[in-house]
Amino acid sequence: MARKGGGEPSKTDIDMTPMIDVTFQLITFFVFTLNFSEAVRDDRIKLPTSQLAKPAEAPPPDPITLQVMRDGRAIYAGEPVNMRDIGGYLENERRVLLAAGKEPGGATVIIRGDGDAKTGMVQDLVKACQEKGFERFVLRAQYDEPR
Amino acid sequence: MTREREALPDKIAIDMTPMIDVVFQLITFFMLTLKDVSVEGDFDIKMPLGPSQGAVQDDLLPPIRVKMTAAADGSRAGLSMNGQPVGDFDELRRRIVDLVGTGPGSNADKAEVELDCDYDLAYDNVVGAITAVSGMVQPDGTIVELVKKIKFTPPKKPQ
Repeated sequence: MARKGGGEPSKTDIDMTPMIDVTFQLITFFVFTLNFSEAVRDDRIKLPTSQLAKPAEAPPPDPITLQVMRDGRAIYAGEPVNMRDIGGYLENERRVLLAAGKEPGGATVIIRGDGDAKTGMVQDLVKACQEKGFERFVLRAQYDEPR
Repeated sequence: MTREREALPDKIAIDMTPMIDVVFQLITFFMLTLKDVSVEGDFDIKMPLGPSQGAVQDDLLPPIRVKMTAAADGSRAGLSMNGQPVGDFDELRRRIVDLVGTGPGSNADKAEVELDCDYDLAYDNVVGAITAVSGMVQPDGTIVELVKKIKFTPPKKPQ
């Protein structure tokens, strides 16, 4: 059942050039602001601020990111986990490192703790890591412009 | 002097719709993946379990003990350095500068700070104390490094 097309109205020419220009500018802006290396950032964590928290020049070797929420749970691989279960996940990380011929002591554990989390919880997490052989830790903070 | 325009050739109509569709899809994707671009930085802390192995450094100064106690709501109730009460983190920084000095001849490399915190203390304070002892920002924006070696006392579970 072919539909019969009526007579086409005379086309109105719209100049698309400015719109396409602006659109590509927008795309360029978003491409430049996109940063895949910050994929670990998490809105559930509000980092403490520090004037000395300058970004590292190079990413740390074999980073493992662990986050501590204000309610005391940890975030591992994007999923909230109870602090008492974190040992099992760390054991997996240790095995992966050993299978790759690396020592857990050479890996870096990045700790992103919420500013309102209990210090003891963060220390518990550090202790759980130490028990699995991790030794290098970095405490992550948000850079605060000096006034 | 008017230039005579030649008759333009017939316009070739290019259908822009698919391109604009794709471009808007791209914009939507990038807008949704855009996040707050606040800068984050790190404090390095080396904490092996148990006594540190390897060469024992004899020239280390005795550790500077910074103790922080928590109020019931997790805020900082008390701050002290080597047993002496300290008002705030700025005062702590001044005392650290007095103790280790800055510039040539400073003892900053040999000094070590041990943080002793209550279990319930808000983590904000830990980063504040580490910031205070590990350096200071000069008015011109340069950073003077103070103590680099920082360690924690074992966590004390509340009874």
